[in-house]
Amino acid sequence: MHLLIQASLLGLLTGGVYALMASGLTLAFGVMKVINVAQGALIILGAYLSYSLFTQLHIDPFVGILIVAPLSFALGVALQLVFIRPLRADEREELSLLVTWAIALAIEGVLSVIYHTTYRTTLTSYANESVTIAGYHFSVVRLMAFGMSAVILLALYLLLSRTSLGRSIRATVQNPTSARLLGIDAARVSAIGFGISAATATAAGAVYGIIYPFNPGSHYDLISRLLTIVVLGGLGSLGGAVVAALAMGVGEAVFAAEVSPTWSSFTFFVVLIAVLLVRPQGLFGVRERGAL
Amino acid sequence: MSRLSAAGVARAAVVFGALALFPFAFPAHWVVNLAIFTVMYAGLASSWNLLGGFSGYLSLGHAAFFGIGAYAIGILFTHIGVGAGYKPFVVLPAVGVAVALLSVPIGWVALRVRAATFAIVTISLLFVVQQLAFNLHGLTNGSQGLALPFPHFAPATYERPFYWAMLAVFALSMLACWYVRGSKLGLMLHTVRDDEDRARGVGVDVTTAKVIAFAVSVGLTAMIGGIWAYYIAFVYPQFAVDPLVTIGAVLMAFLGGKGTIWGPALGAFILVPVQQYLAYKLGASQLYLVGYASVFLAIMLLLPRGILPSIEDRRARRRADPRGPDVDGSGAPSRAEQVVA
Repeated sequence: MHLLIQASLLGLLTGGVYALMASGLTLAFGVMKVINVAQGALIILGAYLSYSLFTQLHIDPFVGILIVAPLSFALGVALQLVFIRPLRADEREELSLLVTWAIALAIEGVLSVIYHTTYRTTLTSYANESVTIAGYHFSVVRLMAFGMSAVILLALYLLLSRTSLGRSIRATVQNPTSARLLGIDAARVSAIGFGISAATATAAGAVYGIIYPFNPGSHYDLISRLLTIVVLGGLGSLGGAVVAALAMGVGEAVFAAEVSPTWSSFTFFVVLIAVLLVRPQGLFGVRERGAL
Repeated sequence: MSRLSAAGVARAAVVFGALALFPFAFPAHWVVNLAIFTVMYAGLASSWNLLGGFSGYLSLGHAAFFGIGAYAIGILFTHIGVGAGYKPFVVLPAVGVAVALLSVPIGWVALRVRAATFAIVTISLLFVVQQLAFNLHGLTNGSQGLALPFPHFAPATYERPFYWAMLAVFALSMLACWYVRGSKLGLMLHTVRDDEDRARGVGVDVTTAKVIAFAVSVGLTAMIGGIWAYYIAFVYPQFAVDPLVTIGAVLMAFLGGKGTIWGPALGAFILVPVQQYLAYKLGASQLYLVGYASVFLAIMLLLPRGILPSIEDRRARRRADPRGPDVDGSGAPSRAEQVVA
């Protein structure tokens, strides 16, 4: 029982970071009907950038996010303008998969040239510290990562629900044609949406790099999990993605602790198949366009 | 209806006749090696086209079945002892049929979702099979991979049996595409691509059509994987189930023109030499990936509809309006262009 609770808590912390990673993916789909396969590569890019900031300039990865996130926001806007926007709207959903896949390959290639393919970790002084609360062990990094993810997700929620930009984004998600008729600059909203998506990815990447060893090819493992999460939550649903991410984090950790660590990554796919059999639109998805 | 046109038969006879005789004209090992990969991708792209091109279901997980075919041949060798020489080629059709049957329940589940979700599910499938290859040590030898014995083909013409086997499966894929396009199944797939809900509404058995296309498509893919494994003589999880194999085949189908008969093969004949050249020039460094991604992006942005459909459009426009090409040059009109986000 102790093991079960310990595993669940660990999974919850991991799931929080997954939720941050998946939020950008589901946001990009909601606003633009774009499946961003490069999300995983952007996360790894974030991990490398904060690795470099840490090793070269001794900037703590959590502080480094303040530098990395704006940079990747600009990168996201640029990627959207150059590669996503020219795609015709009726083909965008399927072509975006291939185009962003190519972007992922390009990022992987560039990172391999710069950093080579050896595994790295951002080894901070507190990387191996842990605290014990009521008999349960928590790694300090994972607690901080969870806290940071929660803060960023809350900020994202407030941005979407309280600001006029957020209202524009939500309107575009619900009905892009009406949104345009009401004078919302859809091109601007899409570019900003993609930028936010990229910024959350690299922020998550900064902490990913402290917790796990990574190399340029690590993005495949990430993206397969993240895509499963957003399909489970319902494409375009932010709340769905968060719930699915937490559930999958807990599921995977419990499976690894109680059954077998080798097969734990299979929990993602088993759950995916089960959900598709019952609810093809995902847990919180709507059949037509998603609502945030 | 009579679907055999003299021009079509002649075209097929010339292309496949020339391809069959190719190793005699260019016997150098590296040329035949390049030809094997070219024909392999032509087969992969054509068999992908059967589902992705005709029904519009964009599968990005065909490499999973390529890997299953490769492991099937590997396991037949190491665990059952299928025999050397030409015997693996003989069991290949059985592998194809077995994988096609195995894929029916998988396809049935995966094809319940559409568009991007389907693509995502197939990507997951790819990683499931790769994980299985890593984890099922008893069968696959995990990350150490399976080594296959080299067959005793004459060294001077060592590659030729593999080449002809690849060519045979490529021809089979083309035959399947050609047959399906003229058949009732082809019409059903076409309705699925255009408007699946309406097709279902008027009583088209869309599920059966989709699952059959999926099964045939991945069965052919598995056969190609089997030949590849025998030729390469090593089966590792990360190379047998390689996302780049899928993405390469899909890219070729897009370049040539998905949904056409010859387009995917044309794409392969253009792209595989480029790909091999990049691998040769930049292979040692990872710049290869950057070069490949650039070619990829250029094709997607400049020619998303593919070569053959673009030519077809131009020809149709000229016929309709002999005075000149239209101004915007965008090809088919798009009702969605007005709601570009």
